[in-house]
Amino acid sequence: MPSALEISGLKKIYKGGFQALKGIDLTVKQGDFFALLGPNGAGKSTTIGIITSLVNKSAGKISVFGHDIDQELESAKSFIGLVPQEFNFNQFEPLMKILVNQAGYYGVERSIALQRAEKYLKQLDLWDKRNDAARMLSGGMKRRLMIARALMHEPKMLILDEPTAGVDIELRRSMWNFLRELNQQGITIILTTHYLEEAEMLCRNIAIIDSGIIVENTDMKSLLAKLDIETFVFDLKPNSAPQALAELSSRVIDDHTLEVDVKKSQTINSVFIELNKQGIEVLSMRNKSNRLEELFVSLVGSGQAKVDSAAKE
Amino acid sequence: MATSRNIIALKSILHKEIHRFMRIWVQTLVPPAITISLYFVIFGSLIGSRIGDMGGFDYMSFIVPGLIMMSVITNSYSNVASSFFSAKWQRNVEEMLVAPVPNWVIVAGYVGGGMARGILVGGIVTLVAMFFVDIQIHNIWVIIFTVALTSATFALGGLINAIFAGSFDDISIIPTFILTPLTYLGGVFYSISLLPEFWQGVSQINPIVYMVNAFRYGFLGISDVSLTLSFAVLGVFIVSLYTIAMVLITKGIGLRS
Repeated sequence: MPSALEISGLKKIYKGGFQALKGIDLTVKQGDFFALLGPNGAGKSTTIGIITSLVNKSAGKISVFGHDIDQELESAKSFIGLVPQEFNFNQFEPLMKILVNQAGYYGVERSIALQRAEKYLKQLDLWDKRNDAARMLSGGMKRRLMIARALMHEPKMLILDEPTAGVDIELRRSMWNFLRELNQQGITIILTTHYLEEAEMLCRNIAIIDSGIIVENTDMKSLLAKLDIETFVFDLKPNSAPQALAELSSRVIDDHTLEVDVKKSQTINSVFIELNKQGIEVLSMRNKSNRLEELFVSLVGSGQAKVDSAAKE
Repeated sequence: MATSRNIIALKSILHKEIHRFMRIWVQTLVPPAITISLYFVIFGSLIGSRIGDMGGFDYMSFIVPGLIMMSVITNSYSNVASSFFSAKWQRNVEEMLVAPVPNWVIVAGYVGGGMARGILVGGIVTLVAMFFVDIQIHNIWVIIFTVALTSATFALGGLINAIFAGSFDDISIIPTFILTPLTYLGGVFYSISLLPEFWQGVSQINPIVYMVNAFRYGFLGISDVSLTLSFAVLGVFIVSLYTIAMVLITKGIGLRS
């Protein structure tokens, strides 16, 4: 069974000499929910642009469900549904027309396209707006319209470039559920996002790209297992006046807040034992930051260091 | 499979393009009718009555084919130029670029849309002309072929202009500084046989002369140039412009980074 996406040696040098991609290799299995993460300007959108033929590559190979984009571009394109980062529909056209036209570009008959448009507009809570011009929609509605548009030809792989950017938390969660359902139906999903919580909750496999190179490509569990230390914030009873904990790396933030770094080899029980010794009562505790976020920061930092040292050599 | 997909894609682009100019009919269909009415009133009735015959016909009858052709040229060009550039500007051209639509279907869809508007406006102008002059038809097939080939030529020109354009100014430069002078000097209002010999020679490098004269032949049976040469010029322009448009879209000039 071919991979949903196979990338090898992909390079992109823009006019002016900027090298956005420095030879990336990536494999996404069929049915996967895959995260492609990286800081701004890392090369995520360039990669997606090349896969969807919006950007010309400088070197490398890409195949989509076994179809090489250099040999069988149209076949490869027919498997992909794209939700781009920026709104790119005709702002003056009604939603129905946008969807039906898009389906037509993939060879979907008008009668079928109308049925599908109704199905996805209802599922994404846009049915009431079907005859409105797209410019009348709110930001969240426009994002959902782009998801509906990408699904009109029932693609086997959906690529979403920051689909929840600027979307409120309630809507973001309903979009997560929708994407999970699509993935359960067998659609391979590739997601880029700045919300690392989103990637951690949804994705099974992950690649982190930084300065045009892949600095990590593994499954989410293995990646999170690499996290040696987690930092917890303890909210204490007011005026507890905690002391730094013996045997543990900790910081007193104020008279009722304590930050503690807990290594994999240590248990949270040991923190409570130390706090008990001081007679301090804990009101609540939480992770200081998302676990993936901590890894992301360290990996992106090391990726930049690799690039810098390669440049010096 | 691919053929039926391409036909549906072509129909979708055509539908979108025709719907676009019909939706904004006040901007796209009404102005040519008003402009041409003014030409008929001023050049036909007021000034034309003092000019007398041209090519054996009264001046009003002589200029009608040229005025219709002028509307066809302007509208087929500007329809594609503005529509394709807007699609680039709003980035909704990407809807087609990510889909399995062959480049020739994109070209054919936009050119078809431009032809549809050019021919529709030509029809409206002809109807307006019927209020001012008795329209006679010498050869309907020459009229049909000339209008179809001319609108296709200028729709292709508008597409190439839009591909290169980086701003809305860029899609008005060619119509203003090239198309309008060529049209006015293309024998719409006069027979080039009236010009001094040198300017007659210069006029023969103006492709619009061939289109206007072929069209006039279809109505009146008179032409300053050979009909065969006119169709040959149109054929060469269509093949050349189509080839250029295909190369530009395939390379992604102005469309892909």
